[in-house]
Amino acid sequence: MPDKVKTKMIRVHIMGKEHLVPEGLTIMKAMEYAGYRFIRGAGCRAGFCGACGTVYRLKGDYKLYFELACQSAAIDGMSLTQLPFVPANKATYTVRLIKETGNPILKFYPEVARCVSCNTCTKACPQQLEVMDYIQAALKNDIEKAAKLSFDCIQCGLCAIRCPAEIAQYHVGQLARRVYGKFVKKSNQLNKRLNETNKGKFNSELDELMKMDKAAIKQKYTERDLESLAKKK
Amino acid sequence: MKIPYYPGCTLKAQGLGFETSAIASAKAVDIEMMELQRWNCCGTVFSLASDDLMHYIAPIRNFIRVQEAGYDKVVTLCSMCYNTMKRANLLVKNDSEKLKTLNDFMYREEDYKGNVEIVHLLELLRDEIGFETISKKVIRKFNELKVAPYYGCMLTRPKEVGIDDWEEPQIMENLITALGAEVVDDPMRGECCGAYHTVNSKDLVAERTRMIVTSAKNRGADIIVLSCPLCEFNLGTRQKDTIEIYSDFSGIPVLYFTQLMALALGMGKEVCRFDLHYVDPRPLLIEKGIIEEGEEKNAR
Amino acid sequence: MYLKLSVKNTESDFVKKIEEISGENLMKCNQCGKCSAGCPSVSRMESLPNQVIRRVQLGDESVLEDDTIWLCASCFTCAVRCPKGVDLSKVMEALRLLTLRKNVNYTQIEKIPRDELEVLPPIALVSNFRKMTS
Repeated sequence: MPDKVKTKMIRVHIMGKEHLVPEGLTIMKAMEYAGYRFIRGAGCRAGFCGACGTVYRLKGDYKLYFELACQSAAIDGMSLTQLPFVPANKATYTVRLIKETGNPILKFYPEVARCVSCNTCTKACPQQLEVMDYIQAALKNDIEKAAKLSFDCIQCGLCAIRCPAEIAQYHVGQLARRVYGKFVKKSNQLNKRLNETNKGKFNSELDELMKMDKAAIKQKYTERDLESLAKKK
Repeated sequence: MKIPYYPGCTLKAQGLGFETSAIASAKAVDIEMMELQRWNCCGTVFSLASDDLMHYIAPIRNFIRVQEAGYDKVVTLCSMCYNTMKRANLLVKNDSEKLKTLNDFMYREEDYKGNVEIVHLLELLRDEIGFETISKKVIRKFNELKVAPYYGCMLTRPKEVGIDDWEEPQIMENLITALGAEVVDDPMRGECCGAYHTVNSKDLVAERTRMIVTSAKNRGADIIVLSCPLCEFNLGTRQKDTIEIYSDFSGIPVLYFTQLMALALGMGKEVCRFDLHYVDPRPLLIEKGIIEEGEEKNAR
Repeated sequence: MYLKLSVKNTESDFVKKIEEISGENLMKCNQCGKCSAGCPSVSRMESLPNQVIRRVQLGDESVLEDDTIWLCASCFTCAVRCPKGVDLSKVMEALRLLTLRKNVNYTQIEKIPRDELEVLPPIALVSNFRKMTS
């Protein structure tokens, strides 16, 4: 009889309750193993959607750590909770109507001026972005820097819940990137494609799709050949 | 001499002409101002509470940047940045316990050792270069242009951080004389412009602007020069609101001292950015024969 | 205005808290009025700056409801001119903080008109929010 492979079990504290889970699981899988079922707070499970923000502490360590539950491994002795959503004020604006004069960031998010440069946002970012630096860039109207430094933001909101100045950094970064695309560096490719679309280059393909029934569209989608598309390019 | 330079937020926005004229005129008197590669807003006002360490983080983090760059001195232009950073620096130099708490909080940074000095450009011009040397480099004649210096609060108060006497400062007067313009003796030069009340009490600022600008004007001033982008906003841009409230009010242009210096040293539009001022000084400068019409386009 | 004078009030927690936050000895003030003479906002104040410090000395907490503490522009004119070396700007800050630390803001950021935000320089917003929001 072959020896049974013994999986090492570790202790994790999920919202204050202790669970034994196999070592090597992600935090998300560990929670599911412990019996939690994700209805909210899980999306792509691949580190892109930003829905599974996790806050934890380790045994004997005062520091707070921030990760995506789907991207980091459960650690023995960790004590964690999920922060699937962060309430944050999102300004409404029409990008088309934003003017280049003045500071568009301060116009829609004046609270950016409350930043105290404490760097807590940067410490909270699971993407390791320099959040404080992009907020500071936004304050001095350096749209390019704010857009570039915030480019990899996945909008998990962990920065916003930690900020003593109550700034919603991830929305600020998004506005900076929109303004950047509008004024600082216009995308040539986008303009080219818009031109083509307006001239009707894709009309026949679109018409064809519109005529198909649901089953045919489904089949076309499943059978789509990404490889050959990539090669065509 | 080479010296790291801390700009502050507004010098990258509405106060851009302050920065460009300063860098160019400093260069003309052999000061090379090198902007710090990474810096954050200083907070603009010094926290006056004994138990509030949070608001000292921003200025101290900037001193760490200077230390990282291997320098022990940094120059600034904005009076508010100067005041806030100098006071924060003094505080941690005299209180090692507070410095330790701040360093511990910023554990990702190297420790600030408290060895950086902050100076205002006016101090460098007076103490390192000398007004006499500057006057020898003057190219442009000011043709009896009458200039009222305005100090506001942050250059001279409180005593421990002031760059000159807090009731009878002379540093800007001496610079203006060295540049060949005429100084207007104005008793309102140290009065507060209303500062941050400009956000929620425009009328309070209009009252101050009316008093300060009218005082300078009544003593014959053609322009006011100053060193603070918030004073520039209140005494300059807010002239629009002042006229709305006081119909008898009429203003004069408000410039940064570095713009006057750049003009004297033969530079023009590119570095002065007169277009950013609410009261356009160009008609006056043309009338006085200081710049020629169209000249500011190619002068450098 | 009616104010009951008692030694107990002059040693109240309120007085102690203001002395603690400001780091100033309030009893040094002898009411010469120099602070009020030089104050740029004085024309709008309900209580003059020297009256504010007097009311705090006497333990009168209603001084917190007075607009005076919010009209102070932290210009330090009072601080440099005081013959007794009392830094009134620090006392004003301590009084503001008693309200701000309860998560009550004086400046309502969301009510600033957007066309004003287009012209206000960062230096104005940063300083205002630091002094008048918590």
